[in-house]
Amino acid sequence: MAMTDGNRSYSVREMIKENKKKQSGQQFMEWFMPKLLLLTATISVLTTIGILFTLLFETFIFFERVSIVEFLTSKEWLPWDEKTGSFGIAPLVTGTLLTTAIAMVVAIPMGLASAIYLSEYASEKARKVLKPILEVLAGIPTIVYGFFALTFVTPLLQKIIPSLGIFNALSPGIVMGVMIIPMVASLSEDAMSSVPNSIREGALGLGSTKLEVALKVVLPAATSGIAASFMLAISRAVGETMIVAVAGGSSPVFTFDVTKSIQTLTAYIVQVTTGDAGYGTTVYYSIYAVGMTLFVFTLAMNLLAQYISRRFREEY
Amino acid sequence: MEKLIDKQRVVQHMNGRLLRNNLLKFLFFLATVFGLIVLIVLLYRILTQAIGWLNFDFLNNFPSRRPEDAGIKAGLVGSLWLMVIVAPVSLILGVGTAIYLEEYAKKNRFTDFIQTNISNLAGVPSIVFGLLGLTLFVRELNLGRSILAAGLTMSLLVLPVIVVAAQEAIRAVPNQLREASYGMGATKWQTIYRIVLPAAIPGILTGSILALSRAIGETAPLVVLGIPTFLAYLPRGILDTFTVMPMQIYNWTSRPQADFQHVAAAGIVVLLVVLILMNSIAIFIRNKFQKRY
Repeated sequence: MAMTDGNRSYSVREMIKENKKKQSGQQFMEWFMPKLLLLTATISVLTTIGILFTLLFETFIFFERVSIVEFLTSKEWLPWDEKTGSFGIAPLVTGTLLTTAIAMVVAIPMGLASAIYLSEYASEKARKVLKPILEVLAGIPTIVYGFFALTFVTPLLQKIIPSLGIFNALSPGIVMGVMIIPMVASLSEDAMSSVPNSIREGALGLGSTKLEVALKVVLPAATSGIAASFMLAISRAVGETMIVAVAGGSSPVFTFDVTKSIQTLTAYIVQVTTGDAGYGTTVYYSIYAVGMTLFVFTLAMNLLAQYISRRFREEY
Repeated sequence: MEKLIDKQRVVQHMNGRLLRNNLLKFLFFLATVFGLIVLIVLLYRILTQAIGWLNFDFLNNFPSRRPEDAGIKAGLVGSLWLMVIVAPVSLILGVGTAIYLEEYAKKNRFTDFIQTNISNLAGVPSIVFGLLGLTLFVRELNLGRSILAAGLTMSLLVLPVIVVAAQEAIRAVPNQLREASYGMGATKWQTIYRIVLPAAIPGILTGSILALSRAIGETAPLVVLGIPTFLAYLPRGILDTFTVMPMQIYNWTSRPQADFQHVAAAGIVVLLVVLILMNSIAIFIRNKFQKRY
């Protein structure tokens, strides 16, 4: 028996052979591709391991030279003097907390208010216009915000507070808050929108105003999602770099005065890496210790956010 | 007989509550518009500062110590070069990871671990990626302050964003398409490669372009890598040193001469135009090619 294909004729045996050849290629792909894709998936795990390993390893070298007690308890951060230098992380931490706190004072009420408006009051049309515009704020490069803080917000604030320095904690804090508004708004809105309408209608049917529904019914029901969005916002503010590096100054001082120049954890890393601290100096290794502090801090916040939204989520 | 419902009392009671409702509604609206107002002020400020400084010479000049001669050419070309590495590396790794997680991975603890790891990685500050890049790519692998080192660092930074976008796009492909393909005798990989991926491509592309525009605007990791800001030549290969627009802008903002503020503003306008272009492409793809099943 034979089949004709154009001018050539195949016997069935040949056809089977041909098919087998094709299939062995296919089988190879079926075997190979999952393994290749698994490999790409492990890259993200390797990245995390790489970050942890790098930070731990270099931080370890740093702590061979500087005692960990000094790092955690000293209130002076004077890294540049090799002899009398002092490495106390406190001033950088207070600088970071100060700008973060200011950012949260702006971002949390503004973001939450926007979320309430978008999810409870705005019409479908208004939401479709307002939400993407808000998200543009989040897409602007942070260096642009830094420039804006330094050349516009600081001079503006100086008219109100004459004692405000050119570099201060207030101005970058406020601008950072504005940058974070969309994040709080969008995540909180998601949490509030997932509260089912039947609950709202129940409350409205009992004679509540929309405001009472929003504040006394929807908000409590969405608490976990909203709290998680706050945690992520704090983490974002702690890790933000260019705004504080441009407009916050470079004075690691243990202060809670928002009008003074400060330095944050991230701004210190920028200062060292743009300067010429030689490879192998204590200053060089100090950026890893600072980076480690930053990493631990933001990781804790992110894990907390995940835990809150998982553990306390209300299922309807 | 006393009336059960006294209209006057109801109105009296309700008025205060309704007033509060309307007042707060207005405040909530103001808060929503506040971001918009800041955005307009920001753009207006930067445009008025940049006007007069933004011309063809600015696009075609290398950096200079004199503000009137300074230009963004090195940064503009450098940013494009950066994409030469970031786009393929992050796309291949990101889409690969997404396909594995959505199509192959079994629901077990290892899969959960990868997934949690990706969402945690998305929350790691960009400057920490800079530290990783400095140690791993610049020092250990000896790539120097090259396009390759910076590109790999940026790829890892935007990887989580691309993975999540690609996962969503793949998940949105309806199962009937897969089943039809299997029914025709196609194998798993054939189904993924010929049916699932083409259907998911618009979603993947939209997410990826947004991730790439994030990479173009990022400054912090490149500062840590020690990318120079003052380069008077263009890179010729991926192992050359280079600079990018945000780095040049950062350098200009920190110069004492007042005129450099205008140069920085002009640089920001160029950067924003590039970002707007990329975003419009993403929106165009989303609107044009996204199918609804």
